[in-house]
Amino acid sequence: MYEKDGEKYFIVDSHVALWDGREQNHRNIHGKQFIDCFYDYHMNLSPDEVKWGYDEYCYYGGERLLKDLFEDGYVDHAIFQPALLSEFYVNGFGQTEEAWELVQKNPDRLTYNHAYDPRNGEEGLAQLRRDAERFGLQGVKLYTAEWHGDSRGYKLDDPWSYRYLEACRELGIKNIHVHKGPTIRPLDRDAFDVADIDKVATDFLELNFIVEHCGLPRLEDFCWIATQESNVYAGLAVVMPFIHTRPRYFAQVLGELLYWVGEDKITFASDYAIWTPKWLIERFVDFQIPADGDLAEYGQITVDQKKKILGLNAARLYGLDVPADLQVAADSAAVSNTAMEGTSTESDVAAAQLQPTPS
Amino acid sequence: MTATVTSELGVRVWEALGTVMDPELDEPITDLGFVSSHDVRGDDVEVHLRLPTSFCAPNFGYLMASDAQDALRAIRGVGRVRVYLDDHHDSELINRGLATSAGYVGTFGHEAEDSLDELRLTFQRKAHLAAMERACSKLLAESDLEVGDLHTVTLAELPESREKAALVRRRRDIGLPIWPACAVLVDDAGQPVPEDAVPIKLRFAKTVRIGIDGNAHFCRGLLRTRYPGSAADQAPRADG
Repeated sequence: MYEKDGEKYFIVDSHVALWDGREQNHRNIHGKQFIDCFYDYHMNLSPDEVKWGYDEYCYYGGERLLKDLFEDGYVDHAIFQPALLSEFYVNGFGQTEEAWELVQKNPDRLTYNHAYDPRNGEEGLAQLRRDAERFGLQGVKLYTAEWHGDSRGYKLDDPWSYRYLEACRELGIKNIHVHKGPTIRPLDRDAFDVADIDKVATDFLELNFIVEHCGLPRLEDFCWIATQESNVYAGLAVVMPFIHTRPRYFAQVLGELLYWVGEDKITFASDYAIWTPKWLIERFVDFQIPADGDLAEYGQITVDQKKKILGLNAARLYGLDVPADLQVAADSAAVSNTAMEGTSTESDVAAAQLQPTPS
Repeated sequence: MTATVTSELGVRVWEALGTVMDPELDEPITDLGFVSSHDVRGDDVEVHLRLPTSFCAPNFGYLMASDAQDALRAIRGVGRVRVYLDDHHDSELINRGLATSAGYVGTFGHEAEDSLDELRLTFQRKAHLAAMERACSKLLAESDLEVGDLHTVTLAELPESREKAALVRRRRDIGLPIWPACAVLVDDAGQPVPEDAVPIKLRFAKTVRIGIDGNAHFCRGLLRTRYPGSAADQAPRADG
């Protein structure tokens, strides 16, 4: 819980990881390239005072995670979103057993989502059923750019992906976190294309699709889809740290998301340990969209909107108990319910005027 | 940089590289700092390219490297041209393809279907949308016109500016006419946007513009982090 100026914020960090990027775990050069890429993200977008050394960044362990999230970081509940990257790391990138042990010791503060890869076919489906039971899965993390044999990525609307999503529906795994990376095959098309999310969101209305880093680098395509699909959410992983390096750009993206997607479908994430939640939360609560230049048309972000984004929206997705004094007022909630039905964002009516996608 | 810019061929080489665009960021690779070195020895040219991460999309990486090779080979009197993409997860594959002039399908084999033309066009259209929005926003800010008037505005009525020049260039890229009487606000096929669809078209174009600008700054920043000292090789972004 974070408190500032008499306002209390329930915090859900929707995207955290416990990884092992150390050299001993590299399967090949891509293991090194991947953790180096993450480290550059960290070094490029973090304030100097919260930058980590390379070695501690490669592996930090569970105790440090608990401290960064819950002691220092104001987080009430955090959700593991592992990337396994079995082609790059001997024991996987996300550390399943270590994370699961932490969850079992801290069940009120941590939720474990696991990852699956539809290219594992029938065997993977059976594994998903076992994992759903073992971890009590409410959600899964899908990285569509994961390498697998001679395949370097898949689409959510591939036939096998449909089989897995059907299993999710059956097993009550309702939150599908989608992390789009460069999905390579076929190279003829845009590697970051998000059109497959549109298809599965339409066909699986019972599932929620939380699109991490809100489709960046394809913000516009993501926004267009989220406007039309009531079950598509914007995850703020990767977007948050721009609050430090490029606050006006952060304001623009936030303004765009509020316009197209709406305040009830945006969820906070630090993407720990790429960034740590403490400074992101402090800055976000203090943040205001500047009322000048081309930002003026967005309007101001309200305290209630911040509360929803920082925790209440994700708490709703995961059925977390939120103390009554941390909720937003009832009238605001009523508005949010209308938005949930996909009828109240101002972009909806406008979007209906122009079909198909205007790109 | 190890550039030999004093020779005439060295100047031609830099000019040629300046025509190569990052399709996604809509900027020349020379402004982005993606050219890490260009060496001229006699008539021979060797160029090394670098990207902000090892995991940048390989199709864009290949497109820029092969465009660079094509542009350099078109220089009159040039000898052997070698282009390398360094430090990428597909460096080996792409550099082998470039060295043997294997072409796109020959380079990527089963992961390639036909060509990268459609991909290029997709991003040229996005660049056009963003340029249209920049030009329209400037017009709205500097005149008495309202959004409701924009469907009538022609290229001739757009005051001369950097934004207008950028719009005209991007129209040309996707094969749209650039006559003075052409409507400014058009769809990808050059058809004028109907009056009632103007607000949403403009709104979407703005989101496209914000996306491209944001990606450009992010990629530039990551390159500077990855390659200390590379800031000196980047020119300020012209479009904001």
